[in-house]
Amino acid sequence: MPDSIYELWREAVNDHRPVALATIIEGENLGAKLIVGDGIDSQGTLGDLDLDRVVLRDTIGELAGGRSGIRHYGPHGEAREDAVSIFIESFAPPPHMLIFGAVDFTGALVKVAKVVGYRVTVCDAREVFATKRRFPNADEVVVDWPHRHLEKVGDRLGQRDAVCVLTHDHKFDVPAIQAALATDVGYLGAMGSRRTCEERLERLAQAGADMEQVSARLHAPIGLDLGGRTPEETAIAICAEVIAARTGRVSSSLSDTTGSIH
Amino acid sequence: MDDIDRWRRSGHKVALARVVDIEGSGPRLPGASMAVAETGEVAGSVSGGCVEGAVVSEALDILSTGERRLVTFGYSDDEAFAVGLTCGGTIHLFIEPLDW
Repeated sequence: MPDSIYELWREAVNDHRPVALATIIEGENLGAKLIVGDGIDSQGTLGDLDLDRVVLRDTIGELAGGRSGIRHYGPHGEAREDAVSIFIESFAPPPHMLIFGAVDFTGALVKVAKVVGYRVTVCDAREVFATKRRFPNADEVVVDWPHRHLEKVGDRLGQRDAVCVLTHDHKFDVPAIQAALATDVGYLGAMGSRRTCEERLERLAQAGADMEQVSARLHAPIGLDLGGRTPEETAIAICAEVIAARTGRVSSSLSDTTGSIH
Repeated sequence: MDDIDRWRRSGHKVALARVVDIEGSGPRLPGASMAVAETGEVAGSVSGGCVEGAVVSEALDILSTGERRLVTFGYSDDEAFAVGLTCGGTIHLFIEPLDW
């Protein structure tokens, strides 16, 4: 007997595989469903072959963007009609944060990033520091040069992902930043004092980095200006900046602004 | 999901309530879901705790009639909504029996 749609959904979510479910929430065949995902050819039907075809196409698109929401169609999938409302629910695996540098701040950043929902990788070329024992909360600890690791995994990074360079050692972070700029990663930040950051910019220019890209994409010194000091406070300032970069907000206190909260 | 598995293994019917739309401010995004067993046990949440009680009674009603439906909660112009969200938003839930 084939698995039920719920079983397919449950297994995909448990295995962290992308999956999307389309359900009729208004119109004929209330509750009818289509499921599609990584490793799942579409299954189920909304009760009309044309509607199935159009909704399947849209569901695949919503899944790629990790979006969930309602779409309206005519009875056979016509655009600009609203006989049928369909809720498309996407389950996308968690976004990825790559942290370069196994330093004091790293452990705190791993913890806060996990709370926010990231899958976290710590990478450092020094094997005495890059150990699972020091970063028990990380999903993965990799001993490698940051830029070499990025060459391996960079094509999997997208707008939802983040690269945080905490090495504050030019010999590691200049090639790491260059390699990160070659990816589509949504957030790129690097730690260091104002002086370190200025020196780093000079070295990036000397190394032939595209300085327009650097000024458009690199957040350095990393983090929002919260005035904290401890590794934990710094980790919150970094994650807060990652969120603000994603939403495109200039961060101030909500009590100092007016307008919509979300 | 572990709770859902356990309830179903014990032969209990389960209803699933999913946030499908939000207007204004709302604590949970579309896709947030809550499961209700016919015993009244609950897993997950669909708001910051503002409407969960009302969702349980809707879900139990839907389990007994088998009729899935869209339900709206929130402070809106319509006074028919008895249960409000403290954040001032409106949420639309689709509640259905887990029979698929």
